[in-house]
Amino acid sequence: MVEESGIRVVRCGGNKISFRAPIISKDSRFLLCASGDLVKVFSTSTEECVHVLEGHTGQVTGVILNPTNHLQVYSCSADGTIRLWDFIDGILIKIFVCGWPIFSIYVSEKHVGIAFITIHMESKKHGENFQLVALHLPKVPEQEVEAREMSAVLCNISSNPGSTAMGRGGEYVASVMGRQLTVYFFKKLKTYRFSLKATDKKGAKNAFTCVACHPKDDCIATGHEDGKIRLWRNFNQKKEYTYSTQHWHHDAVGTLCFTTEGMHLLSGGVESVLVQWHCEEVNKKDFLPRLGGAISHICVSPDGQMYSTSHLDNKINIIHCSLKLSAVIQGLVKGNIWTDLMIDPRTRALVMNGRPGHLQFYSLQQDKQLYSLDIVQQEYINQEGLDQFEVMRAAFSVGGTWLATVEERGRCTSDLESSLKLWVYNEKAQSFELNTTITAAHQDRIMHMCFSPSTETTMLVTTAWDNQFKVWLLGLDSDTQKEHASWSCDYVGSYHGLQPTNCCFSSDGSLLAVSFKEVVTIWSSDTWELLTTLCQPPGPIRELCFGRLSCSKYLLGTTAKNLFCWNLLTCSLEWSTPMDVCLLRSDPLSENVVAFSLHSGNTDLFVFRPSEPRPLFTQKAVCGGKVQRCVFSPREEPLDSCDERFQWLNRSRLYFLTELMELLTFSTKAEDERILNSRKQLLVDDSVAVTPFYLLLGKHRQQQEEKQNSGVSQAADRVQPPQASVAIKELLHTPAHVLPAASFLCSMFVNSLLISNTGSREGKEPAEQVEESEKEEDDSEEEMETHDYEQEVRTQGSVEEAPPLLSKAEEKELRRVRKTDFSWVTNLASS
Amino acid sequence: MASFKPVKVQTIPKLGERVTEDTLYWKNYKAPVQIKEFAAVTKIEFSPLPPHNYVVTASTRIQVYGPHSLEPVRTFTRFHDAAYGGSFRGDGKLLVAGSEEGLIRLFDTGGRVALRQFTGHSKAVHVTSFLSDGYRVLSGSDDLSSRVWDVASGTELNSYTEHTDYIRAAAASKLNPDLYVTGSYDHTVKLFDVRVGGSVMTMQHGHPVESVLLYPSEALLVSTGGRYVKVWDLLKGGQQLVSLKNHHKTVTCACLSTTDNKLLTGSLDRHVKVYNSSYKVVHNFDYATSILSLAVAPDDKVIAVGMTNGVLSVRHRKHTEEKQEVLGKRRRNPAYRVFIKGKNYVPKQDDFLVSKTVKQHLQKHDRQLKCFQVSKALDTALEVSICIWRRFHKPEVTVAVMTELNRRGTLKNALAGRDEQSLTTLLNFLIKYVCAHSHIHAREMTHEYINSNIIFILCISLNVILGDSNKLMRLLQRLMELLGREAELQQELLQVLGILDTLFASLTPRKEVTGPAVPPIMQGSQLQAA
Repeated sequence: MVEESGIRVVRCGGNKISFRAPIISKDSRFLLCASGDLVKVFSTSTEECVHVLEGHTGQVTGVILNPTNHLQVYSCSADGTIRLWDFIDGILIKIFVCGWPIFSIYVSEKHVGIAFITIHMESKKHGENFQLVALHLPKVPEQEVEAREMSAVLCNISSNPGSTAMGRGGEYVASVMGRQLTVYFFKKLKTYRFSLKATDKKGAKNAFTCVACHPKDDCIATGHEDGKIRLWRNFNQKKEYTYSTQHWHHDAVGTLCFTTEGMHLLSGGVESVLVQWHCEEVNKKDFLPRLGGAISHICVSPDGQMYSTSHLDNKINIIHCSLKLSAVIQGLVKGNIWTDLMIDPRTRALVMNGRPGHLQFYSLQQDKQLYSLDIVQQEYINQEGLDQFEVMRAAFSVGGTWLATVEERGRCTSDLESSLKLWVYNEKAQSFELNTTITAAHQDRIMHMCFSPSTETTMLVTTAWDNQFKVWLLGLDSDTQKEHASWSCDYVGSYHGLQPTNCCFSSDGSLLAVSFKEVVTIWSSDTWELLTTLCQPPGPIRELCFGRLSCSKYLLGTTAKNLFCWNLLTCSLEWSTPMDVCLLRSDPLSENVVAFSLHSGNTDLFVFRPSEPRPLFTQKAVCGGKVQRCVFSPREEPLDSCDERFQWLNRSRLYFLTELMELLTFSTKAEDERILNSRKQLLVDDSVAVTPFYLLLGKHRQQQEEKQNSGVSQAADRVQPPQASVAIKELLHTPAHVLPAASFLCSMFVNSLLISNTGSREGKEPAEQVEESEKEEDDSEEEMETHDYEQEVRTQGSVEEAPPLLSKAEEKELRRVRKTDFSWVTNLASS
Repeated sequence: MASFKPVKVQTIPKLGERVTEDTLYWKNYKAPVQIKEFAAVTKIEFSPLPPHNYVVTASTRIQVYGPHSLEPVRTFTRFHDAAYGGSFRGDGKLLVAGSEEGLIRLFDTGGRVALRQFTGHSKAVHVTSFLSDGYRVLSGSDDLSSRVWDVASGTELNSYTEHTDYIRAAAASKLNPDLYVTGSYDHTVKLFDVRVGGSVMTMQHGHPVESVLLYPSEALLVSTGGRYVKVWDLLKGGQQLVSLKNHHKTVTCACLSTTDNKLLTGSLDRHVKVYNSSYKVVHNFDYATSILSLAVAPDDKVIAVGMTNGVLSVRHRKHTEEKQEVLGKRRRNPAYRVFIKGKNYVPKQDDFLVSKTVKQHLQKHDRQLKCFQVSKALDTALEVSICIWRRFHKPEVTVAVMTELNRRGTLKNALAGRDEQSLTTLLNFLIKYVCAHSHIHAREMTHEYINSNIIFILCISLNVILGDSNKLMRLLQRLMELLGREAELQQELLQVLGILDTLFASLTPRKEVTGPAVPPIMQGSQLQAA
C-alpha cells in the first residue's frame, strides 16, 4: 500500500500572511491574503479560513481584485504567472504566463485588460533594479495563456509594492525610490520627478518609504524615514508643485492608505499605532494603539466599512471604520525561537516563542494560533534597540498542569535580570495562571530545565551557568484557603564546580541525569544522592536523553563526535557510534529516538531504538542547514502502517524547525490521501447568505449532496462515482463565462462516456488459466467482500480507477461474457 | 487591541509563621486586661458552672472574679501566710485552698468565713483539690505527704508519704472519685488509688514536676517540669507518648482548651504555647514576665494568666456580634443596589445592545507611563513614599516604577533636568530604603541594582549643579557611606556563611555530595555584595 517513496518531508503551515497587503472583498465579507504559494480567503466576521486558492508554484507576491468583476481576483507570483480566481467558489479561472518573476501587481478601472506588474529591469539578470510594466492580458478562451505583450511604464522603481500607487482612477501612477518621487501621467505620457534634499535642516532622513494616492483628488501622500508624512499637490507641473508636512510617527512610516472616499488617511509604522488623519481638518487625528507588531500594510475595503492592518508578527487585524477592532487573524509567529518546541499535553498544540514576551499555542491540525500566553506581563515598548524581557526557556509537566518559564533581560550587558515563573492550569478559567515568581533563581543564565515525570511529587530541575543545578518542589497546601501552594528550592547540587548543561529524568522519575561537561552524573531523586558518574571523553556532552518504555534502562548522550548509549543497570557503555548528532529527541509514546546529524551542509535523520545500534529508518538530507528544534506530537488516531520502516510514525508525528525557521514534518502517502479527501469534502460553501433564492435552491442542493454522500459511502472511496456524471455536471453547471475551452472539455466529455475497463488485464491472460482462476476468484470473492471496508479505509480515494458498482450477479455475468468472448477472439486470431 | 499593562508591583511573600486555622483562632482575642495583685499569682481556676467565675490565688488572698468584671466578686482573706492552690468543687459552690502554714481551709463561695479547716500537714500545702464525688478533698504538701480529707467531718481519711520530695502538683480524676495524680520535685508522677491504699503507677518525669494535668478522657496525662512537657498514656501503663521541649525555661503550668482539647503550657520564659493534636506548636502568646499560672475558661472565652510580678492578665475572646456592630456603623455608604443599578438588566430579544467600553482604571503613575511622561511618573512614584501618612507608604511602588523606567531605557530622561528640591526627595528616598531589608526583603538585589544604576546616572546629572549645592553633596556622601556599610555587612555575612559551610561539611559523612541547600535569594544578594 505504501510505496517505496511513501514518506516525504512536507512544510507544515505557518506561512507568513502579512507578507503582502491583503484585500477585502467588495461586500466586506472576505479577506484575501497571500500566504506562501497559496492565497487564503478568510471570513472577516468569523476569522475562519474559508478557501485556499492553490496553484502557484512560487511565493505569491500580490493579490488584487479584478476591477471589472468584483467576484474575481488576480494573484501574481514569483513563479512568473498571474492567475485569475473566483474566490467565492475557490475556482481557478485563468493563468497568464508572463515568464519573469513578478513582485507586485496593480490594476485600475481605466485600463481594462492591462495589469501593471513589477519585474526585474533586465529580464535575464537578477539585478537590484526593477521596472513597472504594463502587461496586456490577452482575451482568449484557453485557460492557460501566454502573456508576452508588455510595455515599460516606469524604470528604476522599488520592488516594494507600497512604494508604487495608481492615482485617481488610473490617471497617473506614482512611485517613490530613495529621495525621489516619480509621477507618470498616462494620458500625457509624461513623467515628472520631484526630489528632496539629502539632508534637511536637522539632518533628518528624508528618504521616501511609501506612497498613497487620493482616490478622488489630485493628491499624493508619501511617508518618510523620519516619520513625516508629506501631502503633495499640483504635481502636474514641474515647478509649482506644493507639499504640506505632517509629523506624528517617531520612526519611519511603514505604510499609508487613503480610505475609499478619501476622507481619511491611514498610516502605521513600528509604533504599532494606527493613525487616522482627517483630510479636511489637518490637525485632527485618531489613534488605535497597541495593535501588535509593527504595521506593515494597511488596506481598506471597497465600501469603506473595514480597515485591515497587517503586522510583522504574522497577524492581520480587521478594524471597523469607527476604529474598533472586530477580528484578528493570527498565523504562526516565527521570530526568534529560544524555547524548545513543546507540545501542550492538554490541547496538543505546539508551544513556542510567539510575540515578544509571549508563548504561543499553535494548533498544528488547524494551522491556527489558539492563544498567546503573556509570560512577561509588561507593557511592550515598540522601540528598536531596547533590551526587552524575553521568554528563554519553557517546560510542561507531564499532565500539562504546570508550566515553567524563564524570562531574561540584559543578555548582552553584564547585569542579567531573570526570573523563573511557574504557571498552573486553571480548569475554571481554562488557561494558565501565575503561581510563583522566583526572581534571580540562579546567579547566571538558566540553561535547561525539566519536570519530573513521576506523579507523586511535582518537581522541577533547573541547570544554570553558575555551576549549580537546583531542585524546586511544590509546597504543601496550607490550612487556609487564602494562600495556595507555592514553589520553593529543595536542593542545590553541583559537581566539582563544573558547569551543568543538560538534565533529564528517567521515565519513572526515580533518576535524574545531569551532564557536567564530559561527565554524566546520575542522582537519585528521592535522597539526592549521587549514585554514579558516567564519562566518555573526549568532548562535552551536548544532549542527554533517557529511553522510554522497554528501553528505560538506557541513557543516551551525544558529544560533538559520538553518540553513546549507556546501560544503567550495569552502569557501562552499551554501544556507541561516531556521529555528529546535533539534536536528539525521544518519542514519549514509543521507544523510538530520533537523531539529527549535520553532514556536509545537509541534515540527516536517523530513527533508532536505544536497545540496538541499528537505525530503524534513515533519511539523508531531510533539509538544508541545521535542524534547530524538533518535537514529537502524538497523533489523534494512530496510523496502522504495516511497513516496518514507517512504523515509527504510527503513534506520533515528528515536527522540526530548520535554520530558515521553516516548520517541517514527515507525511506518509496514506496520510496525504486522507487529507486530500477530507479537504474535498470540506469544500461545501457555508458562507453563502441565506436569501429566498438560496432557500429555494438549497433544499434541492442538499438532497443532491445527500445522494452524493450516500453514493460515496456505498460505493466506497476506492470506487469513484461514474466519471461521466461528474464531467457532465461540470459541463452543465459551471457558468458559461468561466468554462474552459470547448476543445478541452470535449475530450473529457468523450472520455466520460466510455466504460472504464479493468477486465483488460485478464483478457491478455492465456485462456487456459482463465477457467481455474475464475474458480479461485469465486472463492476469494466472499473474503473480498468482508475485507472491503478495511481496504477502503486504508486506500481512501486512491487514484486507481475502478468500475462502477455493480451487483455481484451482474458482475459475474459480465465477466463470464467477457471471458468467453475473448477466448473466442484469440481462437479466431490463432487460426 | 491589547489594553495597557500596568506596572507590576512585586509583592513579597511574608516570611515567618504560616497563617493557619489555629493561629487565626488563637489570634482572635482582645488586648489583655491587666489586674494587679499583691504578689505572684500562683493559681487560677475557672468554675465549671456558668457564669464561669474564676478563683485567683495570690499572696494571702483568694479572690473570685466574674468573667467580665475587673473587680473581685468576693475576697477571702483568712490566711495569715501565703495561700496556695485555691480550687472549686465540681458544682462551683465550695472552694478549698492550702496555705504556707500547713492549714487547708474550705469556703462557701457565697460566704466569707471558712466552713472547715483541715489541720495535719506539718509544712506548706501547695496543692488542694476536691475529689470528683465532692465529699473529699485531697492535698499535697511540702512534708512529702498527700492526704485525703473528709469534708463532712473535717477528718483525715488517708495519708500517703510515697514521694521523697515536695509535692507541688496534683490532679483529681473526674471519672473515678478514688483516683488522683500527684507530681513531686522528686521527678516522679504517681497515680494513687484510695481503694488500694497507695500508688498504683509511677512515671519518671526526669525533672521536678511543676504541674500535672489529666485529659477529659483520662487516658492521657500531662506533666510539666524543667523545660519539658511530657504526655503519658495511662492505659498503656504509663508509657511516655511524647516529650516536648518548646520552652527554654521551666514550664510551670499547663491547661487544656475546652473546644478541642488543645494543650496550652505557660513557662518562666514568658510564653504561653498552644499545641495542636499532634503536639506541634501552633500559636504563641507573649507576656511581660514569667508565667506561674494559666487557665482557660470553658468555650475558650477567656484566657487568664498569672505572673511572678503579681499581674493577672486576662484576655477575652472577640465576639462575632461585635464585628457585626462595626459593620452596622459603616452603613453610611450607598447600598449595594445603588452600584448595580441598571447593570443587571437582561436585554430582551428585540433590544439593540450598545455596549459601552469598560474603562480600565489605572494608577496615576501608570497613566503617566501610558503617555510616556517618564519624569512625571517618577515624581508621582516618589510622592507615594514620602507621604506623611505612614500607612500610605509604598516604597515597592516607587521601586517598581524605577525598574520600569530602567527597562524602558528612559531612566536617564526621567532624571534629567531636575532641580535641587526634587533631587533631594529622590536622594532621601534612596537613603531611607537602600538598605531597608524589612521593607523589601526579597527584592534587595534588584533594589540595590536599580539604585546603583540610579546613583550612577544621578552622579552624571548632578555634576552640573553640584558646585552650588552643599545639601545635595552631603546627602550623596551619606548615601555612599550607607552603601559602603551595606557592602561590608554583606561581606561579613558571606564569611559567616563560609564558616557554617565548613561546619556542615565536617558534620556530614564524607560523600561526594555538596553542602546543604541555601535559599537562593540569599545567594543573589551575596553576589551583589561581592
